[in-house]
Amino acid sequence: MTRAIITVVGKDTVGIIAKVCTYLADNQINILDISQTIVQEFFNMMMIVDLTKSVKAFDVLSDELTKIGVDTGVQVKCQLEDIFDKMHRI
Amino acid sequence: MINLQEVIETNKMIEQENLDVRTITMGISLLDCADKDLTVTCEKIYTKITTLARDLVKTGEDISKEFGIPIVNKRISITPISLVGSACCRIPGDYVQIAKTLDRAAKEVGVNFLGGYSAIVSKGMTKSDELLIRSIPMALACTERICSSINVGSTKTGINMDAVRLMGDIIKQTAEETKDKDSLGCAKLVVLCNAPDDNPFMAGAFHGVSEADAIINVGVSGPGVVKYALEQMDANAQLSTLNSQLSTGLANFEVLCETIKRTAFKITRVGQLVAQEASHRLGVPFGIIDLSLAPTPAIGDSVADILKCIGVEQPGAPGTTAALALLNDQVKKGGVMASSYVGGLSGAFIPVSEDQGMIDAVEAGALTIEKLEAMTCVCSVGLDMIAIPGDTPATTIAGIIADESAIGMVNQKTTAVRIIPVVGKTVGDTVEFGGLLGYAPIMPVNQFSCQRFVDRGGRIPAPIHSFKN
Repeated sequence: MTRAIITVVGKDTVGIIAKVCTYLADNQINILDISQTIVQEFFNMMMIVDLTKSVKAFDVLSDELTKIGVDTGVQVKCQLEDIFDKMHRI
Repeated sequence: MINLQEVIETNKMIEQENLDVRTITMGISLLDCADKDLTVTCEKIYTKITTLARDLVKTGEDISKEFGIPIVNKRISITPISLVGSACCRIPGDYVQIAKTLDRAAKEVGVNFLGGYSAIVSKGMTKSDELLIRSIPMALACTERICSSINVGSTKTGINMDAVRLMGDIIKQTAEETKDKDSLGCAKLVVLCNAPDDNPFMAGAFHGVSEADAIINVGVSGPGVVKYALEQMDANAQLSTLNSQLSTGLANFEVLCETIKRTAFKITRVGQLVAQEASHRLGVPFGIIDLSLAPTPAIGDSVADILKCIGVEQPGAPGTTAALALLNDQVKKGGVMASSYVGGLSGAFIPVSEDQGMIDAVEAGALTIEKLEAMTCVCSVGLDMIAIPGDTPATTIAGIIADESAIGMVNQKTTAVRIIPVVGKTVGDTVEFGGLLGYAPIMPVNQFSCQRFVDRGGRIPAPIHSFKN
């Protein structure tokens, strides 16, 4: 299973989670976990997703998610989970 | 499962604290390219480099995008070229032909530097080594991406003082040949003692003869991340002062060292991940991670700033050497557990022109070459990216190299000299190298002569503690 972490950071906006989720559903990407918090008035959300059945290549997904972020005025990043696992787990 | 706080912490390191992987360096052996005909040698070198490193830059960019971590440089190190060219080079100009070929290959595959225009002469020089050394000024003047390094001593062999004396002249000539670019050639030329075979960092990178045909070495960085962690540490200590009359408001050395160690571990783990991915995707074995704190001229990416956080007003103040020693040691202790293989230089770098905090310290009058020399006793690597007056005699430069080599030889560590005698400039002037090389104020050099010392010729014997058999 190829897992990635999608983060959304920015001012809270109506419909931002909906937009990201719709995009993921359209591309056969399953969401495994969602959590969110407010840090210094900034909305922080992360999703752990399964890319195994994704219909698009990683770099296309990453670029399109970034664009959804730009269009809604928030920062959306998609990164493979390994970087977080390596850094925070022995 | 990874939680949100951990994700936020990692991304904050990358976005706000300048965490990056400084370099993926592919080491390539060129020993099988040696031929008695110069043209054939050049063709073989070009073909081997452009074949093996064809996908290096693209792979680095892919990894960077997928993990969301910047990988600043993609580079190549090669077999010391004096070994490869010994059968076909008769005059220094022949070596310059090889340098031009290497430059073309570097441009073709898109790497920003290629290191290994080198010779290992720690005990003696072959005819070929000497030809290569004498070709350096011209080679660095007519290429863009080539880095040159000469190893003039080691703990096992002592110091080759003939080579040290010659390098004094070569550095001066390189400065002269590149004077229209503020003697930039000298920024790509380093003189080493105890040079490691697997160093991924420029200008001292070369692919030693003890290495495999090709290898992936990775240099991590992250001074900004360490600095931020120390600021947080002291902020927390300040808070605890409110609850305790006994506290000084500063975290003690135990807490300080643990904080650096933990941070170094996290930084290195990212390097390990990138190295394994690059090795896997390129089909080239993983060599080592170099655990160095490498600063850049960017604000907040400074080793000097860490020293200030530890508690000295400016680098150069009393206490600086001790602060740097503990920083260097804790980075290693944290990093060693995070990586399966550690090598290269592995320590904090203290270049002047590449570190805004160091530049500030020089301009404030806090930091001198003599203090920098003391600092090189406890960290990697040596007197690095220091601009000195253009009229400094070659013998004085040789003396500076001899001093640094002696520190390396006796302490069984790598030391190096990368100084730039900027033609036409003197103390009070500033020199601009651009990009990662930064800018530097010209630093004063001790005016007393060492000519009689460096003109003696021969070599300094290996120290007594090197005889371990």
